[in-house]
Amino acid sequence: MPLTREQIAMRIAQEVYDGYYVNLGIGIPTLVANYIPADIQVMLQSENGLLGMGPYPTEAEIDPDLINAGKETITAIKGAAFFSSADSFAMIRGGHVDLTVLGAFEVDQHGNIASWMIPGKMIKGMGGAMDLVAGAKNIVVAMAHANKDKQSKLLKQCTLPLTGVNCIRRVVTDYAVLDIYDGAFHLLERAPGVTVEEIIEITEGELHVPDHVPEMKF
Amino acid sequence: MTGLNKVVNTYEEALAGFTNNMTVMIGGFGLCGIPEGLIRLIHELGYSGLTCISNNAGVDGFGLGLWMEKRQIKTMISSYVGENALFEKLSISGELEAILTPQGTLAEKIRAGGAGIPAFYTATGYGTPVGENKEVREFDGRKYILEKALTADFSLIKAWKADTYGNLIYRETAMNFNPMMATASNITVVEVEEIVEPGELDPNFIHTPGIYVDRIIKGTFEKRIERRMTRKEDK
Repeated sequence: MPLTREQIAMRIAQEVYDGYYVNLGIGIPTLVANYIPADIQVMLQSENGLLGMGPYPTEAEIDPDLINAGKETITAIKGAAFFSSADSFAMIRGGHVDLTVLGAFEVDQHGNIASWMIPGKMIKGMGGAMDLVAGAKNIVVAMAHANKDKQSKLLKQCTLPLTGVNCIRRVVTDYAVLDIYDGAFHLLERAPGVTVEEIIEITEGELHVPDHVPEMKF
Repeated sequence: MTGLNKVVNTYEEALAGFTNNMTVMIGGFGLCGIPEGLIRLIHELGYSGLTCISNNAGVDGFGLGLWMEKRQIKTMISSYVGENALFEKLSISGELEAILTPQGTLAEKIRAGGAGIPAFYTATGYGTPVGENKEVREFDGRKYILEKALTADFSLIKAWKADTYGNLIYRETAMNFNPMMATASNITVVEVEEIVEPGELDPNFIHTPGIYVDRIIKGTFEKRIERRMTRKEDK
């Protein structure tokens, strides 16, 4: 069975290590915070100016001055820091954030990503996504492997306007974990119960499949 | 003489010299940390043809959404405008020009504008629609695009506390774009929650030194919340 959104988040949480500074995008990436192991210390960065993002507030804790990059009310953990947007993106652009998790419409075998604009649909803007993909040392993309009609979102060449070029190294989809290098996708793990053949069928980009592809472990 | 005392008592005084067709920076991230009273007065007075530099465009009926309803904005320079449905309509009909700018590039363009740096190279946006028609230069094997600094006629910003000299302290994530915008305009007007006497703010913890600030007005704030999220009380 393909993974649920929560399972994708659970698998990505395994990419988070003790001492990491992590930026989580909106959607599935936000869910990753729920699955970070309790025995490691991690600082979550919110690009509107907070290091040390905590859980949502209780009704009594709500503070309109304290929001995340999704404009949701949030809390700050002990040891948190606030800073300006210029400082925030200096952290991001300067490569100081250890791991960035974000969503995408399309990723291709050259590590290009399209995540911000579908021509003809509402133009919302890229927010911080272009800065994040240009600056992060380590990016994991959380996305659907294909659309409802089984058309692949892992392509030879992105068709939508790009967010960044040659910047994505790892993708976690509802079907598989894949790395991107040498101009191809490399299959690392498959979702429990999903076959290699199913993954090949919904991957348009060049896909390298090793002899043994283990199932993901949770 | 007023010396270094920059406090004004009315929003009209705070906006003296503001005219149609100006370029104006407005602080805030979403509705968090926006100068609500200054935005409201410009809406009431109906100035138009404005070029606005602001990370977001408010929501329908609040913040910069008000200026949009009255068609006061000619050009909007922002990173994300998804919360404002009217924005889409006006930008499709051509009534509003939108210049979408990556958030970190926007922050740095404003910072550079205030710091006397005319342009800078960044990898952000290279190879994307943002990089089209911009100078590309390679440093150590990586390609960067040239982005120009931004400055404005007015900056309308929001801080938590000011002393009468204009030294400012922001609160939590209501800081966002306000510190850079304070530096990047001919006239910087700050709307604050509290004004204190010089000496009452610890000089070790000033975020924006008073040299950047021209006018200070004490505001009243609704502080509308865009996405109210809560968790259950801890057991």
